[in-house]
Amino acid sequence: MQYFDKNGVAAIETNFATQVKEESGTELNRCYQCLTCSLGCPSAFAMDYLPHQIVRMVQMGLREPVLTSSTIWVCADCQACATRCPNEVDIVRIMDVLREISLHEGLVKERGVADFHHIFLGNIEQWGRQHELSLIIKLKLRTRDLFSDVPSGIKMLTKGKLKLLPERFKEIEKVREIFRRAK
Amino acid sequence: MTPQAAVKYAYYPGCSLEATAREYDLSVRTVCEHLGIKLAEIPDWNCCGASSGHSTDHRLACNLAGRNLALAEGMEVDIAVACPACYIRLRNAQNEMKQDEKQRDELTRLTGLSYNARYSTRHLLDIICNEIGLEDVKDKVVKPLRGLKLAAYYGCYLVRPPQIVAFDDPENPQCLDALLGALSAEARDWPGKVDCCGGSLSLSKREMARRMVGELIDMARRAGVEAMVTACPLCHANLEMRQDGADGNKLPVFYFTELVGLALGIAEARSWLKRHLVSPSGLLASLGL
Repeated sequence: MQYFDKNGVAAIETNFATQVKEESGTELNRCYQCLTCSLGCPSAFAMDYLPHQIVRMVQMGLREPVLTSSTIWVCADCQACATRCPNEVDIVRIMDVLREISLHEGLVKERGVADFHHIFLGNIEQWGRQHELSLIIKLKLRTRDLFSDVPSGIKMLTKGKLKLLPERFKEIEKVREIFRRAK
Repeated sequence: MTPQAAVKYAYYPGCSLEATAREYDLSVRTVCEHLGIKLAEIPDWNCCGASSGHSTDHRLACNLAGRNLALAEGMEVDIAVACPACYIRLRNAQNEMKQDEKQRDELTRLTGLSYNARYSTRHLLDIICNEIGLEDVKDKVVKPLRGLKLAAYYGCYLVRPPQIVAFDDPENPQCLDALLGALSAEARDWPGKVDCCGGSLSLSKREMARRMVGELIDMARRAGVEAMVTACPLCHANLEMRQDGADGNKLPVFYFTELVGLALGIAEARSWLKRHLVSPSGLLASLGL
């Protein structure tokens, strides 16, 4: 069921909480807003909504603000929230599911982070393993941020910390099959 | 140690150890040989998908990790993992596949490999501390790291979430501190040992990572340490790259295996340290190490 605001925009979707609950396999209605997750969150300073607020917003069906938030992308995936939650709400899984839906529906706010994931996975599909040098170059081209980190990049090259070519991989078709199934 | 007594593992290095963390790979292989841990690299292993996999596609993450688990199962030994980010991905997939026959079937359909979750997946820090044991390590020390004041930095995935990875306490782990103690170094108590360094955002959200690294370095300095110790290639790269200050004033970061190598008197240990962006050579020289 959808409820609309005065401009006719869907403001509340009552099935959103059920969708997130089912896809994440976590009982998010157990959250009683104790704030343990937000107080221990290392990314909180960069978030537009704190983790406990995101959980509340999902419960209330505030689909659009949740899926267009920075929070779900600046989450550092450190697992502290889920580890410390007294009610075993797996916020890490909830964040994963929210990112998946946000990406699927083209609602991503933090393009740079989503681009990073896209390029990271594209490299694995291409070569089977991550190749860090091309990851960095592709990310730079995509974000048009060519000059940051150049000194440390050069230092890494001279120290042999960046391999010029990817490793040879035998069964690349098997890995590509995994990607094809996922799409 | 005689070959018969060696403990054998299927080794999963992970992608970082082929490039940015080459010195971690070299030190892992050499130190394990000295400690009687036989590592056989999993043939044709693929990337575990890391944060990008599970952040955007759950089943993709499970199958990427799953192919490695299945390849290793064919070797009929437990898996030894060096990178904590790979470690948590493999443990997670193992956990899910154990409970979910459909997921196992899908993996077999895609890769042609069967998987029954018969062996366990362990981190090398766990193996060295709890399989080999600190007494054995201590017996092999020829160059005690006396006077070296260190912050043992566990980060996230060695200890969290405890229902998936735990071999130590999730809030106040001790094994790395105890291992450094066995090498006669001084592991200081400090409040940042399980805080996140922002490594997964190091390339996509540089300023965030810089702030998170800055807070860790401050805490470590306040505890009076001269260097940090990690078991994670992403933490290592992030702590080195996103640390503020002039080159000479930065806090060096060691891989735990490098310090074991130094204490065991392994000659190549110096060559591993030469690959660091923040050189620890001045610090070691000042202590006669």
